[in-house]
Amino acid sequence: MSGTNDSFDPKQVQALAPQTLDAARDEATSAFAAASTLDALTALKPAHLGDRSPVLLARREIGSLPPQAKADAGKRVNEARLAVQAAYDERHAVLLAERDERVLAEEAVDVTLPTDRHPRGSRHPLTQTSERIADVFVAMGWEVAEGPEVESEWFNFDALNFLPDHPARTMQDTFHVEPPEAKQVLRTHTSPVQIRSLLERDLPVYVVCPGRTFRTDELDATHTPVFHQIEGLAVDKGLTMAHLKGTLDAFARAMFGPDSRIRMRPSYFPFTEPSAEPDVWFPQKKGGAGWVEWGGCGMVDPNVLRACGVDPDVYSGFAFGMGLERTLMFRNGLPDMRDMVEGDIRFTSAFAVEP
Amino acid sequence: MRVPVSWLTEPVALDEIPSADDLAESLIRVGFEVEDVETLEPVTGPLVVGRVLEIEELTEFKKPIRFCRVDVGSRGSDPTQPQGIVCGATNFAVGDLVVAALPGTTLPGDFSIAGRKTYGRVSDGMICALDELGLGDDHSGILVLPPGTADPGDDAAPLLGLDPAAPEAVLDIAVNPDRGYALSVRGMGREVACAFDAPFGDPASVDQGLPAVSGEAWPVRVEPDSGCRRFAARRVTGLDPTAPTPWWMHRRLLLAGIRPISLAVDVTNYVMLELGQPMHAYDAARVTGDVVVRRARTDEKLTTLDDVSRALDPDDVAVCDDSGPIGLAGVMGGAATEVTDATSDVLLEAATWDPAAVARAARRHKLPSEAARRFERSVDPAVARAATDRAAALLERYGRATVEPGVTDVGPFPEGQESAAAPIRMALDLPDRVAGIAYARGASVRRLVQVGCAVDVPDDGGLAVTPPTWRPDLTRPADLVEEVLRLEGYDVIPSELPVFAGGTGLTLAQRRRRQVSRALADAGYQEVLPSPFTSPSVFDAFGLDADDPRRSAVRLANPLDADRSLVATTLLPGLLDAVVRNVSRGLRDLALFHVGQVARPDRGERSDGKAAWPPGPAPEVGVDARPSDAQIRALLDPLPAQPLRVGAVLTGAWERAGWWGEGRPATWADAVGAARTIAAVYGAELTVTADRHAPWHPGRCAALYVGDVLVGHAGELHPQVLENLGLPPRTCAMELELDRLPVREVLARPEVSPFPPVLLDVALVTPVDVPVAAVQATLTEGGGELLEDVRLFDVYSGAQVGEGRRSLAFALRFRAPDRTLTLDEAAAARDRAVALAGERHGAVLR
Repeated sequence: MSGTNDSFDPKQVQALAPQTLDAARDEATSAFAAASTLDALTALKPAHLGDRSPVLLARREIGSLPPQAKADAGKRVNEARLAVQAAYDERHAVLLAERDERVLAEEAVDVTLPTDRHPRGSRHPLTQTSERIADVFVAMGWEVAEGPEVESEWFNFDALNFLPDHPARTMQDTFHVEPPEAKQVLRTHTSPVQIRSLLERDLPVYVVCPGRTFRTDELDATHTPVFHQIEGLAVDKGLTMAHLKGTLDAFARAMFGPDSRIRMRPSYFPFTEPSAEPDVWFPQKKGGAGWVEWGGCGMVDPNVLRACGVDPDVYSGFAFGMGLERTLMFRNGLPDMRDMVEGDIRFTSAFAVEP
Repeated sequence: MRVPVSWLTEPVALDEIPSADDLAESLIRVGFEVEDVETLEPVTGPLVVGRVLEIEELTEFKKPIRFCRVDVGSRGSDPTQPQGIVCGATNFAVGDLVVAALPGTTLPGDFSIAGRKTYGRVSDGMICALDELGLGDDHSGILVLPPGTADPGDDAAPLLGLDPAAPEAVLDIAVNPDRGYALSVRGMGREVACAFDAPFGDPASVDQGLPAVSGEAWPVRVEPDSGCRRFAARRVTGLDPTAPTPWWMHRRLLLAGIRPISLAVDVTNYVMLELGQPMHAYDAARVTGDVVVRRARTDEKLTTLDDVSRALDPDDVAVCDDSGPIGLAGVMGGAATEVTDATSDVLLEAATWDPAAVARAARRHKLPSEAARRFERSVDPAVARAATDRAAALLERYGRATVEPGVTDVGPFPEGQESAAAPIRMALDLPDRVAGIAYARGASVRRLVQVGCAVDVPDDGGLAVTPPTWRPDLTRPADLVEEVLRLEGYDVIPSELPVFAGGTGLTLAQRRRRQVSRALADAGYQEVLPSPFTSPSVFDAFGLDADDPRRSAVRLANPLDADRSLVATTLLPGLLDAVVRNVSRGLRDLALFHVGQVARPDRGERSDGKAAWPPGPAPEVGVDARPSDAQIRALLDPLPAQPLRVGAVLTGAWERAGWWGEGRPATWADAVGAARTIAAVYGAELTVTADRHAPWHPGRCAALYVGDVLVGHAGELHPQVLENLGLPPRTCAMELELDRLPVREVLARPEVSPFPPVLLDVALVTPVDVPVAAVQATLTEGGGELLEDVRLFDVYSGAQVGEGRRSLAFALRFRAPDRTLTLDEAAAARDRAVALAGERHGAVLR
């Protein structure tokens, strides 16, 4: 450090000479501009902006100036320092941007690489369809009832008004369980669950019964010995066939869109009187909108109510049932029922979202 | 039932015959499923009736060939000459009337006939067989028309129903089992009349103009236990056994799908189709003594018309003469008294049998005859006499027979007393209340009368309805309601949603089950729905002990596949089948699951303490009223337990190999992980212990518990099992009984302390045969309430810890509920935990 400056001309202090400051500033600016990397720039920083850099050393000299000269010298030193700092900052920003760009470019990956490290799972479309249908009815206030697959003939036939030796018993080709005198079968429909529901529940009863059912049909494109049904049963005071139609219309709209609806053809089932077979208007039908046969329905036969201890003079009811495989087949245009039972994962995988 | 439209509409007074499609549509609307409308393909060109004048047998060929000269009126190539036609059939003679397709005719199937040279002769046309005319598939010979049917040169197309201007159509109608009457022109014709609101003329009411009745046709006795309601008989004598069946009848039988045989047989079949009354014709000369209708006796035999000797069952009803059974009632007649080509004395039977008895007999003897089909669906008991008379009149007219004045009509329900039922009382507005609509005034009565009911309107304002004898299905007001509703049309019934809002949604168990399947799908499993049918050999392949309860399976009496006669007691066989199928299709990385019931006869006991399986005879429980609680128990107790399970199988890669690195095969740990995923759905913590349980690998099998309850097993399958079943090595499986998992509506309240934890790690050296779960449980116990969490983070075995030992590194997290825990407090708790592990398992701090 210099001693007290007794000259009052600041220009006479070498370090504070305008030329000196300009030279230091210019030297710093060009050195910074020449720095090609952030590290090089950082290495230059002490020489030009550090405590021992020319500009900062010059600032120390200001103190030795006479008061009248301090302001002027201070202003010039400050300008030089700010210019050097600005040159540094500018270069730093440039180099930082360059580095970031380079790093991001280096970090680029092929985003088209496969990402299927762990395969995805899915639920069977029949399960999903069954749940979808149950949800439609739950939304209308109904409940879901279930029962066993190995069933007593009393529940599967007798209580449903299938008389012994009546040809209706042979309408449903039945798997019988050994020994025959025990009169157990694999349920041919989920209707025994309706009987169980009427015996177990308080009236009124509004239930849907989804489940697996069995008939002695050989497996082919349109038949399977093991299949799924969903049935509905409503028993209440004052229920009419109009209510049956209204319920099925609502069901059809939920499944097949707002244009869908039901028409009924008279038919015969032991457990309903009158009986009908519903056709559903299916707007997406292959080859153009049209009617598709969709299960069976009718007003619960008074004999069925009586067998369950329900007074048919006070209560009435309606019931309906659909095959889920068949529903899925026409709804989704599936040509072959065998795909649903064989368990090929390519089939199931196609239904990762609700069909 | 197949029926030509021209016959079906005969009893109906229609202004205009509807098209076959319109007719079908209308029948569907009133409740008859028309399965097929088959319009006969018309014939164009000169299809004519010809008379065979000369037959020249050409013998130089391998098969018999005839060159015929056929009188075709003036329709021949040379109008003045007979037509020369080569024919390969031999079932005709000079003088026979035949159908000749002359050159220029196009037969069904776009078969054009032209003159051509064949077998050394010029053949100017073809003599037609039935199949060539599109009338069935009979090609056993050419069609010979009965004498007098038409004249040579007449157009044959209208006669055959092949006229392009009015083609005949045949409806194939499925008749539901409650409507036996509709298996006839009489019954179905009435439905046509209802559908078109047209007058109906009952063919059973037509006066056949027979001689006045006098005396018995044959002595007949009906035993009460035979179930025979009525047995009517009439006799014709002097029948010309060579008289042919008239062409119109022949044609109607053909189109109805019944093979014409002889006049006597054809007439009984024709009357069956027309009136719905199955009949039988006996050669009266071969019936010896009185006819008795009774139950068959043990050891009695009957050779039926199909020449099969059948041992009769005491439940069979037999028609007998002095020689024993001569017919199986309602099912098939006997060969010994069958009409033959020498029969001139015919006894015609029209009986009404017990439907259930006929159904049993037809099933027992595997004889689903046309007669049995009608009897088991009920035959109008009042039509028997009309049927005998109709048949007798037809034999008189076409067989030159004499109808004898005697008539036999016996049984508990003879003429005029066929229906003893009281009228059905029905509220006038019941149909409206069932349909949910107000029908036009009088609609119900009009419709009930239309189907044949007699309707009275007593003073109380209701209806008193007597159904017709052919409608035994109408016994209750509900049955009458159906008649009104179907004939008024289901399409007029409005659509109305019932108002009900009492439901409580899915049950918790149902919601949990859905979550299980979603959780497994989210974890990468594919759901499959395999069949439950399985084979005992699977249990051998599984290596199950002889007394393993899983071998005790429900057995089907009539399996589709004799090799798969069992209902599965575990979900694994079906899942493993699915693995085999996928692997065979080249899909090797598999994670499959199935949620389903299994049937476990070994489980549980009846409420009376007896073993549930095998079940004894089912209790007799009526359907007239709700069964008692004891009866319901007696029905339910013998059923096998049918718990709901979830099973999963894994094989191949759980994580695939890829650009990210190595794949990872599915292991036993993933199978246990699947079980934990499921338990987590129920908010349950699984306890795992090592187990030896076939078909799992004895060293890689985990028994899964919730509390003290065994809920399932998981792990790798036994290598021998995998080999037995052709499964890939290292296949893993899990099966868990969902019904054993606790369904808790409200889970335990969680303790969430806001104070900071103290984290301490310990490494314990233990003998390798001490299960980690046991050590962890001990640490949890020893750590006390301050120990919030224990987690194993490393397992090390090697020289440093010594042979037969391993080092288990646990991270312990301590926390107090009400204060900031000090390190000293946590360390003390840790030391207690370690000490307990030392005491229990010989664990030492590393």
